[in-house]
Amino acid sequence: MTPQEIAERLSAKFSGLPDAGIEAKLDNPVDPAIRVSPDHILEIAKFLRDDEECLFDFLSCLSGVDLKGKLSVVYQLFSMAKRHKITLKVEVPVDAPNVQSVESIWKTANWHEREAFDLYGINFTGHPDLRRILLPYDWEGHPLRKDYQVPEYYNGMKVPY
Amino acid sequence: MEQFLTSLIGEPLLVHVIMAAIPLLFILPYALVVIYLEMKIAAHMQDRVAYMRTGWHGTLQPIADMLKLLQKEDTVPAAADKFLFILAPYIVFIGTYAAFAALPFSPAFIGSNINIGIFYIVAISSLVVVGLLMAGWASNNKWSLFGALRSAAQIVSYEIPSAFAILGVVMLAGTMSLQELSSLQTGGITHWMILGGTLPLMKKLIVVPLMLILFLVYYISSMAEVNRTPFDIPEAESELVQGYNTEYSGMKFAIFYLAEYANLFAVSAVATVLFFGGWASPFASVMTGPFWSAFWFITKGMLFVCLNIWLRWTLPRLRVDQLMYMSWKVLTPFAFVCVLALGLVLVW
Amino acid sequence: MAEIITASPRTSSGKPLRTEEMIINMGPQHPSTHGVLRLELVVDGEIVVDVIPHIGYLHRCFEKHCEHMTNYQQVIPYVDRMDYVCSMNNEFAFVVAAERLLKIQVPERVEYIRVIMAELQRIASHLIAVGTYGIDIGAFTPFLYCFRDREKILDLFEMTCGARLLYNYMWIGGLSHDIPADFVAKAKEFCEYFKPQIRDFNNLLTYNEIFVKRTANTGVLPADVAINYACSGPMLRGSGVEWDLRRDDPYSIYHKFEWDVAVGKGEMGPVGSCWDRHIVRMKEMEQSVRIIEQALAQIPDGDVQSAIPKRIRPNPGEVYARTESPRGELGFYIVSDGSGTPYRIKARSPGFVNLSVINEIARGGMIADLVAIIGSIDIVLGEVDR
Repeated sequence: MTPQEIAERLSAKFSGLPDAGIEAKLDNPVDPAIRVSPDHILEIAKFLRDDEECLFDFLSCLSGVDLKGKLSVVYQLFSMAKRHKITLKVEVPVDAPNVQSVESIWKTANWHEREAFDLYGINFTGHPDLRRILLPYDWEGHPLRKDYQVPEYYNGMKVPY
Repeated sequence: MEQFLTSLIGEPLLVHVIMAAIPLLFILPYALVVIYLEMKIAAHMQDRVAYMRTGWHGTLQPIADMLKLLQKEDTVPAAADKFLFILAPYIVFIGTYAAFAALPFSPAFIGSNINIGIFYIVAISSLVVVGLLMAGWASNNKWSLFGALRSAAQIVSYEIPSAFAILGVVMLAGTMSLQELSSLQTGGITHWMILGGTLPLMKKLIVVPLMLILFLVYYISSMAEVNRTPFDIPEAESELVQGYNTEYSGMKFAIFYLAEYANLFAVSAVATVLFFGGWASPFASVMTGPFWSAFWFITKGMLFVCLNIWLRWTLPRLRVDQLMYMSWKVLTPFAFVCVLALGLVLVW
Repeated sequence: MAEIITASPRTSSGKPLRTEEMIINMGPQHPSTHGVLRLELVVDGEIVVDVIPHIGYLHRCFEKHCEHMTNYQQVIPYVDRMDYVCSMNNEFAFVVAAERLLKIQVPERVEYIRVIMAELQRIASHLIAVGTYGIDIGAFTPFLYCFRDREKILDLFEMTCGARLLYNYMWIGGLSHDIPADFVAKAKEFCEYFKPQIRDFNNLLTYNEIFVKRTANTGVLPADVAINYACSGPMLRGSGVEWDLRRDDPYSIYHKFEWDVAVGKGEMGPVGSCWDRHIVRMKEMEQSVRIIEQALAQIPDGDVQSAIPKRIRPNPGEVYARTESPRGELGFYIVSDGSGTPYRIKARSPGFVNLSVINEIARGGMIADLVAIIGSIDIVLGEVDR
């Protein structure tokens, strides 16, 4: 299925849910994307995984992006049976970055979401074990944000040298 | 040997001390040789050459290794049980060295010619388990504890098939004294225990396969007793860092190392005495005599040591439960059946 | 009878015997965790009850560095160092993503050379994987045979670009150096030399009774669990799923070659065991040799640097491109804001994703099995932590 068809199928399924915020950006260079609302990503993900026409069973990559004032989570979904792909995007404000966790749909999202939380501070609601993964557990701050300042001291050690 | 020394020196206590120290005079050069052999055999099997620059083709490397170990800092972990920690390597070495007392190096020299020789060796070498457990526990390190417990389980389990194999030979020979066992096997290769000893030909044809199986059982069990791959779970480097050895350094580590190689020779020597003639020459009357016998004994022992080294660098290691399975469900039944069959053959 | 068996043992004073689970640390420095990986094990005797991996000891802020580069080409040495064991494949993934974003078409010669280098690197990486796997299981000798063969591949790389491990060879739009005149002959010689070595290695390790007993019944990863955890590469193919990105999501010129996808069939135990993953790696090496031989026969002439752009300034947009690295699916998600500096580069590394499945498959086994399982996942901490 082309991204156009996937977007249409998604809109058709969730037409009764206006704040699902499904917005297709099909002329996005280079990869077409579908933007959805962060509070409904769980149902949308479940539909995308289980629907016989879509069958997106492979969540390849879940990354955070800092869009200067907003934080975005980008999901790269592939289907091994149908050989099509789609990109889902979710945008949340910086001061309340809450996104539903899709860990119950694709178990691989467990570590990816922990990494997005670690580096961007995005809070995934419903995640069973949201803690830092790459940085030490007592690190302060979320480094990949554009306005991140490197702390002076960490546990008594001078950080910038 | 004892009479010779008494006539030379006179003082009986001094004579006994010298007799006790003679196996040590053997073990120390042997350790240097076996370290060199292990290094070179492993290297050539792995398509490389080992040390070439210390001495001719690396012959002085074992001395360099020993010097290095001796001058290293001897650390004791702060929370370790100091007394047991320091005592453990010596217990292991004592258990190994005491076995050398009953090994017949030659008709002229045996440390102690007791008539329960092999029984004594099996019993005293179990002291090693105590030392290993002490080392693992006293290190205050969970990985060492793991290694020690595995080692204890392994050594204790593999004594059973090894004892059965020894029982078979003792039944065939009728004596437990190692010196007598060796003298029973003089007169050429056909008198060696592995080829049926001094039985008539008809009985030999039935006994030889049984003895072969018993030898295999004994050799495999002895590899497990010495913690060598494929049974080196207790010191499995890739899992347990160094097992019970982890916290040891310097002189104490050198003692463990020495004890392991001495133990290796001890079990290889027992294998040769039981099955391959001990100090008896393979030719009926050529190359016999006290010095030639010592030569044969040491050569045969080294042959089995080299076989052990060969197997170590070829095979992967067994997992702990597979090891236990092999001991209890494979080796012990085989050895048991062989001993029963041997008994039947001997009775008829 | 049943009461005697199931009642808990009692000490001489009549109180029940306390058997607690031990928490042991397979710490960051450990001979068999292939790098700085900390595994917190909760063990009951020898049985592993829970495995909690802690990563991040090798985190080098690769993604943050990329946001401060002045040029996309400067990212290539960083990408090399992510998975330092298969640098060519990392570079391949990145340049495929960047060229897709910039819509550059590289000359055919560049494509052929890239495929040859990537497949040679795949063989080198798998040699490390199987060699160190042998050491984990206790066989010390195959490791040296693997490294002896790997030296020959590294000699080929050194001949071409001067480096043995971290090459900075594949640039966006082309390559840094053309292959020297005797490369094709030497590479053919290597392929002829290498084919019997795989057979020898299989005889020594793969079909060894003890090795099979250690690996054939452990770490069984069912296919649906693997797909849900987004495992890829030999982990996925070892579970019986015939999925190879070179064939199923094609990039570069892999469609021009004839080769098979190696799949684990459960010859020595359940499908998806450690042994299946190991045999998939061995078979992949054979297939890589096939691809290299075909590519060597067909290399066209051309200039390898003609398509390298002078200034890399992509239009605002984003792209996600994925390739098959020896460990699995390596993908790069690049976001550009129109300037010469990348806005966001996310590296989706196969090691990170494959490692997350360790808790599922290692529970219930013994510690020795855990070592075998980690060896069969084949992680390189450089790409797990980036």
